[in-house]
Formats: sequence, structure tokens, C-alpha cells
Amino acid sequence: MIPAKFDYTRPSSLEEAIGALAAGGEDAKVIAGGQSLLPLLRLRFAYPSVLVDVAGLAELHGVRDAGDALEIGALTTHYELTKDPLVAAHCGLLAEAAATIADPAVRHRGTIGGALAHADPAGDLPAVITALDATLIATGPDGTREISPADFFADYLTTSLAPGEILTAIRVPKLDGWGYRYEKFHTTAQAWAIVGVAAVARRADGHVAEARVGLTNMGSVPVRAHAVEAAAAGAEASAAALAAAAASADEGTNPPSDLRGAADYRRHLARVLTGRALAAAVGV
Amino acid sequence: MTATDLPAAEVGRARARKEDARLITGQTNWTDNITLPGMVHVSFVRSPHAHARIASVDVSAARGAAGVFAAYSGADFAAEQGSLPCAWPVTPDIVIPEHPSMAVDTVRYAGEIVACVVARDRYAAADALELIDVTYEPLEPVLDMEQALADGAVQLHAAGNKSFTWPFGNGDIDAAFRDAPVVIERTYRQQRLIPSAMEPRAVVCAPVADEYTMWTSTQIPHVLRVMLALVTGIPEHKLRVIAPDVGGGFGSKLQVTAEEVLALLLARKLGRPVKWTETRSEGNVAVHHGRDQIQRVRIAADADGRIRGLDVDLLADMGAYLMLVTPGVPLLGAFMFNAIYKMDAYRFNCTGVFTSKTPTDAYRGAGRPEATYAIEHLMDDLAAELGMDPLALRERNWIKHEEFPFTTIAGLTYDSGNYEAATETAKELFGYDALRAEQAERNAAGSPVRLGIGISTFTEMCGLAPSRVLGSLAYAAGGWEHASIRMLPTGKVEVVTGSSAHGQGHETAWSQIVADQLGVPFEDVRVLHGDTAISHKGMDTYGSRSLVVGGTAIVNACDKVRQKARVIAAAMLEVSPDDLEWSDGRWAVRGDPDQGKSIGEIAFAAFAAHGLPDGVEPSLDSDATYDPDNFSFPHGTHLCAAEVDTETGQVRIRSYVAVDDVGVVVNPLIVEGQVHGGIAQGVAQALYEEAAYDSSGNLVTASLADYLIPSAADLPSFTTARTTTPSTLNPLGVKGVGEAGTIASTPAVVNAIVDALRPFGVADVPMPCTPERVWRAIQEARGAATAPPAAATPASASGPGPNPDAQDDSREDRSAR
Repeated sequence: MIPAKFDYTRPSSLEEAIGALAAGGEDAKVIAGGQSLLPLLRLRFAYPSVLVDVAGLAELHGVRDAGDALEIGALTTHYELTKDPLVAAHCGLLAEAAATIADPAVRHRGTIGGALAHADPAGDLPAVITALDATLIATGPDGTREISPADFFADYLTTSLAPGEILTAIRVPKLDGWGYRYEKFHTTAQAWAIVGVAAVARRADGHVAEARVGLTNMGSVPVRAHAVEAAAAGAEASAAALAAAAASADEGTNPPSDLRGAADYRRHLARVLTGRALAAAVGV
Repeated sequence: MTATDLPAAEVGRARARKEDARLITGQTNWTDNITLPGMVHVSFVRSPHAHARIASVDVSAARGAAGVFAAYSGADFAAEQGSLPCAWPVTPDIVIPEHPSMAVDTVRYAGEIVACVVARDRYAAADALELIDVTYEPLEPVLDMEQALADGAVQLHAAGNKSFTWPFGNGDIDAAFRDAPVVIERTYRQQRLIPSAMEPRAVVCAPVADEYTMWTSTQIPHVLRVMLALVTGIPEHKLRVIAPDVGGGFGSKLQVTAEEVLALLLARKLGRPVKWTETRSEGNVAVHHGRDQIQRVRIAADADGRIRGLDVDLLADMGAYLMLVTPGVPLLGAFMFNAIYKMDAYRFNCTGVFTSKTPTDAYRGAGRPEATYAIEHLMDDLAAELGMDPLALRERNWIKHEEFPFTTIAGLTYDSGNYEAATETAKELFGYDALRAEQAERNAAGSPVRLGIGISTFTEMCGLAPSRVLGSLAYAAGGWEHASIRMLPTGKVEVVTGSSAHGQGHETAWSQIVADQLGVPFEDVRVLHGDTAISHKGMDTYGSRSLVVGGTAIVNACDKVRQKARVIAAAMLEVSPDDLEWSDGRWAVRGDPDQGKSIGEIAFAAFAAHGLPDGVEPSLDSDATYDPDNFSFPHGTHLCAAEVDTETGQVRIRSYVAVDDVGVVVNPLIVEGQVHGGIAQGVAQALYEEAAYDSSGNLVTASLADYLIPSAADLPSFTTARTTTPSTLNPLGVKGVGEAGTIASTPAVVNAIVDALRPFGVADVPMPCTPERVWRAIQEARGAATAPPAAATPASASGPGPNPDAQDDSREDRSAR
């Protein structure tokens, strides 16, 4: 379809971008890869007054080693996440999940920052960075601040970014020695997850020392499965024990009912897939 | 010419397609690529309501918008738009409601056109659409076929919600069911599908004085020209219809659309070229849909599995109106429910029902996939009931190789077939026995991932169609095809065909046929089609008819060329025509093969025309119009192995073997492509696709984000093979292949899923077999079973399930949640 008219600006610095965004007011929107925003525009679900295209901002590109964490520029594409050696070495979950996003064309255009700022609970990366305990870094007219995933994802398609604020980077702790799995359950390869489970786990002495689990599409925001994490900590590293720990995966979730599945089916899937994701992360 | 110079036979060569270089390098002539001086763009306001009275339409604000030339409501066209045609009044008392291109006072499906804007570009038109103010008085939608026919139902049309009932049958059905040792009864649902051609529809219509040229993304330029003349009153000879490059149709472009009629009327009104190109989400509500049947089927058999009788009662959803062949589509299935099987009696009954949804019409296979799905599912169910291997049950009942030609219970005479050969080949490629053993092991072990084997031993009727048969079925037109051969002076050949390719590769296949027929190089043949000013006569492309009917017309035209050439060659060689024989692609003197003339040499002689015998015209050009005597009957055996994750409901096709018998193959590469694409499309019906409506009658699968079509990433590698039993009904021995894969694969996949789950007591999973539906079918069977399904369930996967009807509740439309 055909979008309604909008103004377009392509700033050459972050400062300029923040200025343009602030000047644009409520209806100004940031565009990066455009893989989420353009469909909304074409369906006339969104009528932005101005698009601030951040694609030219070099400082938002690339993956940087920041000691005990990786700092991933918001404009890093999904494809780059799947190929980046630092991500592969220290944060394999991100690469594994990015490889499941949509199709190659989308992965080459879509960016991690765009996917997170879009805040679609059916998107893959929100649950992944939730499981990773990542930190989102945003810069706005009032300076730079760090936001936890729990605070960043406010509601369905809604973040806590203030007007004029731009998500610039994501800081992901290195999880060297941890196992991981993104268990994505979808009908066709290009479809969104009906349910997705992002799990990371550290194993010691035949037991799970520590596990973290994020759930895709089990509510209006990505969900951290705290009950599972508590049950898994100290559990025997066996499929049966992890399946038992996963029994509480749907606790505190509020999954949608739609064409792909009713809420009760999603709850069931969350339990089954969490067991599988933990087992894979732990290596059993 | 020595033996080594013999031109290799072109028919049978796996030639890369001539048209592809153009198609894949952006040199195509899609309708949307056409730009004419002064051209304006039209966009349509479509009803957001499934059923409503139109209280008012105010287009004044849109008329004043920037870049807008005109805006109209249905009332502005009421006097001239006529009614969109239905060419298949299947019964004398059929209800064919008025179907204006632009609704005037009532809308009957969400997506129906109520107003339009004509602007300098499509962007201005899209903006101005938002300025049109339509006031609707919503009425209750009619969404369910059974409820539509119930007393007190909301009536969509003054004449009611029933369009027709069409009865058919042969043999004493009551006797067949009376005292039958085994009778099983099932209800299957054919979900509604959206054809999803790669190229959305588009039309450009240009007026010059009182003549009009229309470029449109259609399968049927010839039929469309006739129909546009009849609908609008514009004389046929002042209409030219061109189907330029067309990016697929699957039946969806076998239509006379509201947008085409309105483009023509707007071009006349405005005196300017008018263009319309649909968007995907517009197309999903506006392109005719396919399938959508409730199939109540009953089969009676002897204890040894011999079929006694088959009783079919269909409800077919017409949608809100009858379009070009809407009512005829389910009736094409009437001849196919009996499939390859012998039986004593057969009864078929179909009722066409109006609902407030997008009209349905032909979709790849048109009536035959529906029938094949039902009978092949039913054969599996019967085998389970009898405790027989489902392949053995089929063999017990199919027409034996030596019994051809065979007149079926539905009255068609199948000329040829070899079900034994195709099945044997398929079993071997599939590793049938080993997979059955693995299935038994998994069942015995209580594996969470079960294995199922799905079978589809299908046939279909292709080569639509003998005109006398179409006449007996009350279709308004014939089923012949036309071809012309133009011999150019330099020996090159132009083939004008009435077939209208939209992705099939006719330019290549037709060139191969003509190369052999006239002894010319493949490269020297050019195929012209899809323009009524060039190909003046044709019945176009659908129903796997082009090669069988159109190809035969070409062979016949080539034969006429050869016969004309023979007379001229005789004069050139100073011998009698009787002394010549057609040998190695030229006319040569019998017994003296060095004395001969190629068709090119003869063509130049005809062009020069210096020494032609008295009364011989200086031309080799020839026409032929061929009307087939019978349908052709491709068949095959498709086997699918599916793994079903019983914990999640996820289905994975592990292997798929397709052995097709499509008769003689002109181009194996094209046939392979048709089979692959066909299987993918049939798998899509089994697993993914469904046009879903909410409770107020809005399509909730209006974009490809919601209407799931599979990509290569979702499909296994297909193992394909062929057996070749030539058709005896046409000189090429061909049968058609455009729909075979689609017809065969849907039941193969669903049968595999059900086969995997029969140990749980599952007897059906409604299509599409989404993970959720598969999972629920298992849960419901578990809940209904008196005892939980133990790992120790007898390993015979084809054993009868304890609760064959457990699926009934899961068939509701989940989109209504």
C-alpha cells in the first residue's frame, strides 16, 4: 500500500538527530532499517510527521569489546549479529536468535536497535536481551541514560524512551562458559514466533548453577521467567529435572490469543519449549 | 542429410525456458510497468463491512483534493455498469444475483467496491480515498453455510442464500448401502484459500476515439474481451485485450473483474488512459478466493474392502456473488470423487450457498483437489476401519491396468492409466516398508515424535474440455483451442496460440513441439500469444488445458502447413506429391532421400511464388481449431512421511515422493517445476493457508503476515519420478500437469498426520493442520478415550482408532476468538 505523506531528514550526527526528533514532536519517528516501521506506514497504521533517518550515524554501528561486556551499536543488523566474531565468542544466544528473524532480506536491513525500540513482544530480540540481562543505552536532549529491559519495555509496541531519545547501543554481559538456546516455535520460517524461549545457563558439577530465561510473545512485553530460573538453579542437569523446572514457565504471563494459538496453547508451549531450551543450554 | 545430422527430437528435451532470461533480468512487460501519456490512476474505496446498506456516499471532498481528476460512487455508474458475468448457470433455477462492479445500495462482503478516485498518480489517489465519506447501515453478516440455509437466517439476496442444488449419480445407491458390512461417514472441511499469485492484479485501459485497448494481468484475454463487450455494450470489435507478461494466476486471473470493467468505463468517461494496480492486502480481500466446502461423505464397503457405494453431499461457499465460473467449480469435482476406484453406485449432491464473504471461484485444481482430498482421506479412514493397509485397500479397488479404457461410475471414460506402475515406483523410492517398520517401532516405544505415512493415489481430469460436455453442464462457452502457424520467408516460424501463458513456459514448450513438427531449429520458432489483435481466437489457459488442447491445435496447424508445403515441394522437385514422404523434418522423394526440400526452402518458394502450380496459394500459413473428444487423465501416487511432535503439534515433512504419470513429457524441466510448485501449493493448504474471518465478517488474514504461505525454507526436497502412459486421445500423447501436484499433495500430507496420530484415537485434523490444531486433536482424543493411549497401543498404525469423530469440536474457526 501507499504511506501518507511525511517529511524526511537524514542527520549526520547523533546530536543533530536528537534535535530533529525533538523538533518533530510527538509524531516524529526514528527510522533505521525500516523493517518494522515501513509496513506500518504502508498500511497507514502510522502517520508520522517526520522520519529521522539515523542510518548515516557511524557511531551507532558495530560491536565493541567493553571488558566484561559487548557494546553493540543500535544500527548493527541482524545479519551482522549472526556473523560477528565477538558476538559468536561471548554472546552466542544473540547470534542464534538473530538467525531466526524473518528472512535474509529482513536480516540484512533490520537492526537490533530498531527491533528493540519497536518493542513487539512477538519479536525475538526483546526476550533475548531480557534473558541476557542486557542494558539499553539511550541518548536524548537531557543526556545519556542506561535502562534495564524490564524498564525499557513498557507495553505492547511501547518503550520508556522519552520524546527525543534515541536508543544508541545495547550492552550485553559476556557469558563465557554459559550454554544457550533460543527455542523459536513458529509455523513458517518467516513467521513470528508463536512462542519463543531464550535460555542461558551455567552448569557446574552436573547441576545447573544459574539459568536465565526470557519468553517471546507471552504477554504485552517480553517476560522474564523468574520462577523457572529459581527452580532450575541447583537442579540436576537432566532433561527430566529441567522439564520439571519449566513447569512454571507460564507463571505470571499473559499470552495473547490469535490466529496462531489460543492463550492456553501458548502456555503449554512455553512450558514444553522452556524445558527444551534449558536442556539444550545445559547440554543434555 | 546423414544420420549424424538428424535433428534431435525437441519433445522430451529439458530445455531451459526461453522466457526466463527476460523474466529474471527486469525486461518484463508487467501491466504495472506500462505507462501511457496522459494516464491517470484509479483507487477504490472498499467496504469495511461484510453486509450493510449504503446510506450515502459523499465524494465531494475527494473531488476537490490536490491532483484528483474525478471521484465516483456506485450510483454514478448504475446506468452503465451492468452486472459482472456468471458464465456457468449450472441449473435452470439457479439464483444469479445482480453483481454491480461498484456497489450501489448494498454491500455484501468486506472488500466490495463502493467508490473510486481518479488522480494524477496513485499517491494522490490513495490520499484522496481517505476523504470519501461513506455512511453504512450495518446488517447482520452471513458467515456460516449451514446457518445461511437455516430457517430465519439473514438473507443476503432477495432470492435467498441458496444459489442452486445440483444432483448427480449413477447406480442404486440405496442398494449399495443396504446391508453393507462396513459403512463410514465423515465430514471434511475444505478451508477457504487465497490464490496469492506472485504478481498482484493490474489493469491499464486506453481509449482512442471509440476503441479501447486493455492491458490486464489476466489468464483469459479472449474470454475477457467477449465478456467486456457483453457487460458494457461496447462492440467486441472495438475492444482489444492484451495480457502482457503475467506473473501467475492459479485461477485467480480466470475472471472478469469489477476493476477491469470499471477501468474500461472510466477510460470511456474520462477519455484518458486509466491504470489500477492492486496492493497485496487489497488483493487478499478482492481477488476471488478458492475452495471452501463442507463435504459430507459416506462410503459403503464389503468386509474385504471392495467399495460398494459412495455418497457425497457438498455445501459449496459461493461467497457473496457468482463470478465467472463460481457455481461450476464444485461440480468439476463431481466426476472425481470416485477417482481411480470402481464401485457399484455413486451419488453426488452439491448446494451452492451465498455468504457475506469474498466470492469464490477457480483455484488451482478447481473442484478436483476438493474431491481428491475427500476420497483419499476416506480411503485411509476405511482402511483404518477395516484394519487393512491403506495401499492394499486402494489396490483392491482401483481400475486395473488391463481394464482401460474404463468408463467410471461418474460416466467419464478414462482412456489409459497404470496405477500399479506408479504405485510400485513410489513405494520403492519412498522405502515404504522400512518407514512402516519405523512407525511401528516409534509407536511401540511411545515416542513423543510419531511418524505417519500419507498416501494419495490420485487422478484428475485435464484438458478442459470437450465442448459438448461443457454444453451438457450448461457452461456458456466451448472448450476448443486455436493455433496459427505463420511461415516467414526465411524459414522462421511464428506460432500464434490461443493459450495464454502466465508462467507456464508455453513459449518454450510450444517451440519444442513446432520444431519437431516442421523440422526447424528450436531457436527459429517464436510464440505469440495474449493479444486479441494478434491471437484473435482462443479459449485461454486454465484447467491444465493448454498443452492437451492448445498443443493439439498446434500439431494440427503444423500438419496443414506440411500438407500445403508438400504440394509446393513436389513442384520444386518436379515430382508428384504422392512421391514425397515427410522424413527427417523435410519433404523428400521416397527412395531418394537426397532429393528433398526443407520447410524453410519451401517457405521461400511460397513467398517468391514464381513457379507455383495452378490453384496453389502462395502461403504455407495455416490455422487449426481443435475441440477435444474427451478429457485427459493424468494420475500418480504421492507418498508423504511426516513426523508429528505430539508435545507441541509441530509437523515436519520428512520425505515426499511424487510419481506422476502425465503422459508424454514435452519438457521435463517445466514438468518438474509444475510438480514442485504444485506440491508446495497443496502442502500449503494442508499445513498453512486459511482465509479466516472474524465474527463480524472481516478477513483477518488480509496480509501475508497473517495469511501464511510457505517458502522453500518450509518444504522438504521432493523426490519426483514419472511413469509414462501416453494419452490415447491426442497426437502428442500428453495429459497436462499444471494442477497435478496441488491435487495430490494435500491429502498425502493430511493423511500422513492423521496416520501418525491414529494410535491416539485421532481420525482427522481440520485443515490447515496448524500446530495448535494438531495438538488439540491429540488432547481431545486423549480426553475422549476411555483409557489413555499407552505406548503399548498395537503397533499397526493403520489400526482403527477408538474415537474416529473426536475432531468435530476442533473444527470451529479459531479466528473468531
